[in-house]
Amino acid sequence: MELLAFARGQALTFSVAVFVLGVLWRLVGVLALPAWRDFSPPREGSAPNWLSAIRAIFRKMIPHRTFLKEGMFTTVNGYVFHFGLGVVVFLFVPHILFLRSLFGVSWPGLPNGVITGVGALTAGSLLVALAYRLTSPVLKLISRPNDYLSWLLTFLPVATGLAATAHVGPRYETMLALHILSVCAFLIWFPFGKLMHAFLFVLSRGATGIRFGHRGAQL
Amino acid sequence: MKHDDNLAGEMQRRGVSRRAFLKFGSYVASLMALPPSAAEALAEGLAAARRQSVIWLSFQECTGCTESLTRSYAPTLENLIFDFISLDYHETLMAVSGEAAEKAREAAMAANRGKYIVVVDGSVPMKDGGVYATIGGRTNHQILEDTVKDAFAVVAVGTCAAFGGLPRANPNPTGAVPISTLVGGKPLINISGCPPIPEAMTGALAYVLSFGKLPELDHLGRPKAFFGETIHDRCYRRPFYERGEFADGFDDAGARQGFCLYKVGCKGPVTYNSCATMKWNGGVSFPIQSGHGCLGCSEPDFWDQGGFYRPLSTPLGAMGPALAGAALAGAALGVGAALSARSHQKSYLASAEKEKE
Repeated sequence: MELLAFARGQALTFSVAVFVLGVLWRLVGVLALPAWRDFSPPREGSAPNWLSAIRAIFRKMIPHRTFLKEGMFTTVNGYVFHFGLGVVVFLFVPHILFLRSLFGVSWPGLPNGVITGVGALTAGSLLVALAYRLTSPVLKLISRPNDYLSWLLTFLPVATGLAATAHVGPRYETMLALHILSVCAFLIWFPFGKLMHAFLFVLSRGATGIRFGHRGAQL
Repeated sequence: MKHDDNLAGEMQRRGVSRRAFLKFGSYVASLMALPPSAAEALAEGLAAARRQSVIWLSFQECTGCTESLTRSYAPTLENLIFDFISLDYHETLMAVSGEAAEKAREAAMAANRGKYIVVVDGSVPMKDGGVYATIGGRTNHQILEDTVKDAFAVVAVGTCAAFGGLPRANPNPTGAVPISTLVGGKPLINISGCPPIPEAMTGALAYVLSFGKLPELDHLGRPKAFFGETIHDRCYRRPFYERGEFADGFDDAGARQGFCLYKVGCKGPVTYNSCATMKWNGGVSFPIQSGHGCLGCSEPDFWDQGGFYRPLSTPLGAMGPALAGAALAGAALGVGAALSARSHQKSYLASAEKEKE
């Protein structure tokens, strides 16, 4: 109970505070940058900037047809663990209660059996993603400690959550504390590593879309 | 009753048949998850047991534990065992006897040196020399040290004695400590709960009387037989938890349908006790069955777990001020970073213009 009290108390408060601080630091830092100077007029008939940005954000969610076949596996697997994480984080009732305690709003959750199934699928998908990263020569070459740490800190909360639910390993309260502490580690790393793509992908894709649109590229 | 009587003789005098006694042995053995072969051994051991001298000390407590154990719902074999033990001293029950009671305690200690059991309910205040609880001019700590030194074993009854309980709750004004920190290497059984389940007490006592040793204990010194599983694992509302059906309040439709009480703060998932299986008042009910979440009263520091009605998955304290500070600091750092980038950009463009000229 002491470990659980520490996890639910100081550890959680500290990690959520670091998360908020880091995310705002990076987002405000990017959004408050000066607008890119436009040294050339936009190509005739090009879409307005906002439309180019939105088009890029959504169209890049599916690989271009040229690469669709080659990238099918990584695309599908990526969607599996991203949706899985979304379901587990936002539709498991104890998680909803945690979010309600922060934001004051709640929504209906899913039965535990569904969450456990999705959680297991997510964990499997993450393991497959790691295996692919380790076996693909190109991906292995461009992978850095940042990538592996981001993977580990995403996988640990899923694994410890499943273990707590299934009563595998230490006593439940210890496993629950480890689960919360793994989430704390995730939150602390989030703003400073590649996990920040959860926010930055919108800005980077939008900026790319605007530049391409400006030059008249079809997005 | 004479001191050299054994329990079997006493039971016979009270009209309890051998068959009934063996049934009781089986009952206790099954309560404690002992193998079937242990049932007869337990009954035989219990039958041959001599009167056990027990000294009961009450320190910082509310007497709820004594109430729980002495006011059982009906006369049973458990009560008879309580009758059978030689309760040579009980501070609460013998308070009016004053010095005579203290003399009875000293006499019992001298007559049963190394054999008597000390039952303690309540925590011991240690701050300021322990002045916050004294009996007959002696601090609780002095009385405990003096009484325990020649005891066979110590039984800490209730969460105050086992883990400090309410007196030890933040900010712990009396410096209360649990009994385990003061008895050195003496064999100790913690029967936690606020109050503890009477059967857990009688079961542990029956085991000690029968086998002359302590039952198997968990890492907190509690008999595994009674504290081996969580309330949640044995709760009859568990299927609702699994199906995601919860009561959002104590009087909503979910509550009326008997849904899981997790959302209203039930601590059953992290509370180890037998309430869900043995229940209270002769198996009539237990807190969750009567519509209230488990408070986690048999666990250490249960008063300081963020509130009885705060769900287990939520933070212990208010995060608002820390998060507001972090948000302000983050935004300020972001603005600072952007201003620095603007300044760099400006000087870069200025130097580029210069190069053009």
